[in-house]
Amino acid sequence: MLEHRRPVLVVTGALLAAGALITSFPFVWMVTSSLKPATEAVSVPPRFWPSEPTLAAYVRLFTELDFSRYLVNTIVVTLLGGVGLFFMAMAGYGFAKYRFRGSGTLFLLVLMTLMIPVQVTMIPTYLILNEVHLTNTLVGIAAPTLVSAFGIFLFRQFMATIPDELLEAARLDGAGEMRIFLQIVLPLSRPIIAVQAVLTFIAGWNSFLWPLIIATEQDKYTLSVGLSLLNQQITVNPTLQMAGASLMVVPIIVVFVIFQKHIVQGFTMSGLK
Amino acid sequence: MTANGGAATAAPGGTAVAAARGVRAATPARRRRLGGWRAALAPYGFVAPALLLLAAFGLLPILVAAGVSLTDLDIGGLGHPETIRFIGLGNYQRLFADPDFWHALGTTAFFVVIGVPTIIVVSLAVAVALNMSRSRFFRALRAFYFLPAITAIVAISLIWGYLYNSQFGLLNQLLAQVGVGPVGWLSEPTTARLSVALVAVWRATGLNIIIFLAALQSVPREYLEAAALDGAGRWTTFWRVTFPLLRFALFFVTVTTLIGWLQFFDEPYVLTKGGPVGATTSVSLFIFKNGFSLNQFGYASAGSIVLFVIIAAVTAVQLRMRRSDDA
Repeated sequence: MLEHRRPVLVVTGALLAAGALITSFPFVWMVTSSLKPATEAVSVPPRFWPSEPTLAAYVRLFTELDFSRYLVNTIVVTLLGGVGLFFMAMAGYGFAKYRFRGSGTLFLLVLMTLMIPVQVTMIPTYLILNEVHLTNTLVGIAAPTLVSAFGIFLFRQFMATIPDELLEAARLDGAGEMRIFLQIVLPLSRPIIAVQAVLTFIAGWNSFLWPLIIATEQDKYTLSVGLSLLNQQITVNPTLQMAGASLMVVPIIVVFVIFQKHIVQGFTMSGLK
Repeated sequence: MTANGGAATAAPGGTAVAAARGVRAATPARRRRLGGWRAALAPYGFVAPALLLLAAFGLLPILVAAGVSLTDLDIGGLGHPETIRFIGLGNYQRLFADPDFWHALGTTAFFVVIGVPTIIVVSLAVAVALNMSRSRFFRALRAFYFLPAITAIVAISLIWGYLYNSQFGLLNQLLAQVGVGPVGWLSEPTTARLSVALVAVWRATGLNIIIFLAALQSVPREYLEAAALDGAGRWTTFWRVTFPLLRFALFFVTVTTLIGWLQFFDEPYVLTKGGPVGATTSVSLFIFKNGFSLNQFGYASAGSIVLFVIIAAVTAVQLRMRRSDDA
């Protein structure tokens, strides 16, 4: 009796499908436009499909512009995020499985950083990084977002469910604390690591504000900063812009399709825990 | 050893067993160290790297911002720290006398008033609709709504900038087909505000739809069945049974959406750079411009502290309202 009547479902489904089409239309338009010859992208009236699909715009990004370097920089920044992931897992484990002096206060401090907006921290963080000569370096770009309070919190919640007996037994067998973490805790934490790794990848790949502030010279630009420069050129070239945008968006769509479950789960946890 | 074996088999997955077995091969010499000073220091070792990073980029900046906001630090002061002067509350006085700052506050308020209800209503409506059926078709549709939430803002700005373009943008071309003159999507002040807000709404709904969906799916089926047995219609059931159970999700979405709009930065920065004539300059953008375009770090820090106080106050009020709501 809880099922809706069929006509109701059909109408709702049609409306939802229309909404989904409208929502994702900008991405479709992006991809088709990126494959058009330059003149066709600004033609009146607009064409949906390119008359002769061409990869010319993509070739230009990598030959005339420095997108190969931006791509490498982005990949480096994203990989550095993996180091942060490891630190967050360590901290989560420390808070989940040890009782130590000051742990309550420290964890509260961790949670407090969740409430501080980035606009407050951006100037001082720049000043701090400037002080330690990390401005205009890839490490400097990755550093401010390497560790998030929320990530530590999620790791702690998950690792608290690992049975203490398992760790005690390993200790009795003479395993060191780091070894227990690496060989027992990490393998058991694979689900949460998967969720966090995907979220870290997306955040690193997409990040814009820190690369924009920290990277002052072209050779340190990431894809997002390089892409934002395409917007400032005097002669706007939509095909080139859409090719650049596709370069950023399509990998994320692929990751999303593969890891949809993890991503949705991760964002839901970030919402309701 | 029996305790060890028992615990290992109790653990989920075979890897744990293998891992525990590998550990068993440890030498007796290592065993003696058990419970020594190393074990006592271990937790600090585990939390230290992450906490140091958080302290450096989470907590320290607040103190630095508060300190810097009391000085006249600018680009010259970076190279020559001895020239930095302490000017007390001078930056704050200047800020509250600055018409641009008030304009940015007003713009942010506009975005909050327009944006918060729109995002909540749209995401809740879509979530309720998506929840009406568990069929594969309905589940597949979710992905489409979620996609904008994980897409890079720069790419989004280019795509929408292209759609909004006043000469060859798709929107104006479609309008021209039905005889409507060109609209200055990003060049006319009020229209620009709405265009920028539309992109932000488009981007923000996906995540909130997911949150509402999760909450909707956790509503116990028995409640709905009981309501149906009592002869309640769907409309009544939704408002009397489901909606009250969504209270936490609704609260969460409201708080995060409100904070999001108070910090509104990405869309106006990439789409309009705060223009035309400052129409889309939010407080965050005002801070950014003063900090990084004009290099007035002291002045911008004062602005960021004010924004922080506003956000903290709004959040505190909401938390209090929720508490009295529960009582």
